[in-house]
Amino acid sequence: MSAEAAVRVEDKLYLNRYLVDSGRAHIKVRPHAKPSAALLSLLKLCPAHCYEMNSAGQVEIATDGCIECGTCRIVAEPSGDIEWNYPRGGYGVLFKFG
Amino acid sequence: MIDERFDAIVVGAGMAGNAAALTLAQRGLKVLQLERGEYSGSKNVQGAILYADMLEKLVPDFRDDAPLERHLVEQRFWMMDDNSHTGLHYRSDEFNEERPNRYTIIRAQFDKWFSKKVQEAGAVVLCETTVLELLQDAYGKVIGVRTDRNSGKIGADVVVLAEGVSGLLGTRAGLRKMPDKNNVALAVKEMHFLPQETLEARFNLRGDEGAVIEAVGTISQGMTGMGFIYTNKESISLGIGCLVADFEKTGQTPYGLLEKFKQHPSVAALIAGSEVKEYAAHLIPEGGFKAIPQLYGDGWVVVGDAAQLNNAVHREGSNLAMTSGRLAAEAIFQIKSRRDPMTKKNLALYKKMLDESFVMKDLKKYRDMPDLLHIQAQNFFLTYPQLVSKAMTNFLRVDGTPKREKEKATFRSFLTARSPMGLVGDAVRLARAWR
Ligand SMILES: Cc1cc2nc3c(=O)[nH]c(=O)nc-3n(C[C@H](O)[C@H](O)[C@H](O)COP(=O)(O)OP(=O)(O)OC[C@H]3O[C@@H](n4cnc5c(N)ncnc54)[C@H](O)[C@@H]3O)c2cc1C
Ligand code: SF4
Repeated sequence: MSAEAAVRVEDKLYLNRYLVDSGRAHIKVRPHAKPSAALLSLLKLCPAHCYEMNSAGQVEIATDGCIECGTCRIVAEPSGDIEWNYPRGGYGVLFKFG
Repeated sequence: MIDERFDAIVVGAGMAGNAAALTLAQRGLKVLQLERGEYSGSKNVQGAILYADMLEKLVPDFRDDAPLERHLVEQRFWMMDDNSHTGLHYRSDEFNEERPNRYTIIRAQFDKWFSKKVQEAGAVVLCETTVLELLQDAYGKVIGVRTDRNSGKIGADVVVLAEGVSGLLGTRAGLRKMPDKNNVALAVKEMHFLPQETLEARFNLRGDEGAVIEAVGTISQGMTGMGFIYTNKESISLGIGCLVADFEKTGQTPYGLLEKFKQHPSVAALIAGSEVKEYAAHLIPEGGFKAIPQLYGDGWVVVGDAAQLNNAVHREGSNLAMTSGRLAAEAIFQIKSRRDPMTKKNLALYKKMLDESFVMKDLKKYRDMPDLLHIQAQNFFLTYPQLVSKAMTNFLRVDGTPKREKEKATFRSFLTARSPMGLVGDAVRLARAWR
């Protein structure tokens, strides 16, 4: 088993504090039939593993665990694959240490 | 309709924004600072080493009450392969001086303290407020901001963009381009807690002494990147960062890399038994001098990471952020004192002051480093550390092989991995970029 398979990001995210703004995802994936290369790369690039492939082969995002690093914006906003915003003031991840 | 007016609005309460807002408020300007986090620091991530000199210029007696973790007496640099590290240690008792030069800090706590200073100086600080957009007049002059609070639009003579590396406002308003994935690193970081005595014994520290380790080698899997281990009072900040474009190319996951770094025998021993309390990630601007955007315009200036003012070679960012924030504020104050308008022409003063400071001088000195390190990543971050490890193990193992033969073997291994021309070329390129 590789080290990668052994690490569950979800367990790491449990350590963090979040104030989730339910129903207001701050990042949206543009609807697509077949994901672009940029979108596919986010499956691995996102440090919070927010991007996942659904059963129809499309890339989806669940922003609840987002640590607001901005990586997906750099990679996929220029091509229009995603729409990226900050959460509303006060919402999102709340670092105790940072 | 603009509801309220200020002399200056500062967007962001990180290192750059706090420095700017503090300086402006100390000079008596009417300042509004807006921060999207619950408090200043709640969104910020850093290693983190704090450089005293740049903070002293803002808060001379900061040592009295700032939340400092440890002052640094030892710096280690590790070249790693899969099982070993070759280290360079520098430790000096001279760093145990009365006014130490470098400290470790915990950003969320430090920024909160910094923000209190800003408020005491008289700035209005509004947290939990995301700025959505810059307001511009028909000529493109920035005249204020729109936030996600009900109150809406707020006006100012000048807006200081201290929005950090991911800054949306400046890029959306077309004032600068979004950072390129070849020029930003993604760092992931964990906070490992250990009893103070255990930590001090493992790192050979007494009292408030601290040590830091920077590491390169197979841990980044051939990508341009670095690992770090910083000692706090009773915790260790541990992380690793690599260029976003490299992550994309290799398909490595950031957390996978972090996990392997933690499992390396040299690292595992240092964090054994620790309790992890947070997992964070952040971008670092690494493009250096060549990536610096336009820094000022009609009614606006940009400071800190948003302006790519970050020295990746020396792992310095917060001090450049603080200095650029302070200089921008001083320039604004001078213009204001002359009762001149905040035009592009007048705000060029900020750039002039920055050019004369260590910020631009250092970034200029290393202007060729990013190209060299990013393009030659394989050699500098994989081949050389592996070769050094091989040479060390070869040198230290006593097995009856004559020393001369060992030296030859080491030399041969360098030549096979990298041709003689390659080696000479790398040395020359590195020397040039370092100049
Ligand atoms: C892992 C890591 C290790 C590092 N180690 C070191 C180190 O050891 N030493 C060092 O000197 N530097 C280090 N740096 C670099 C340093 O952290 C940065 O250079 C520094 O924080 C930049 O300060 P800033 O004020 O420009 O940006 P930030 O500190 O990022 O602050 C930006 C602020 O703006 C706010 N903001 C952004 N957009 C909006 C908006 N629209 N509305 C309201 N608020 C907004 C954010 O919430 C944030 O508080 C490190 C960085 C990382 C990621
Ligand atoms: S901002 Fe960072 S953590 Fe959030 S979804 Fe994008 S890549 Fe993932």
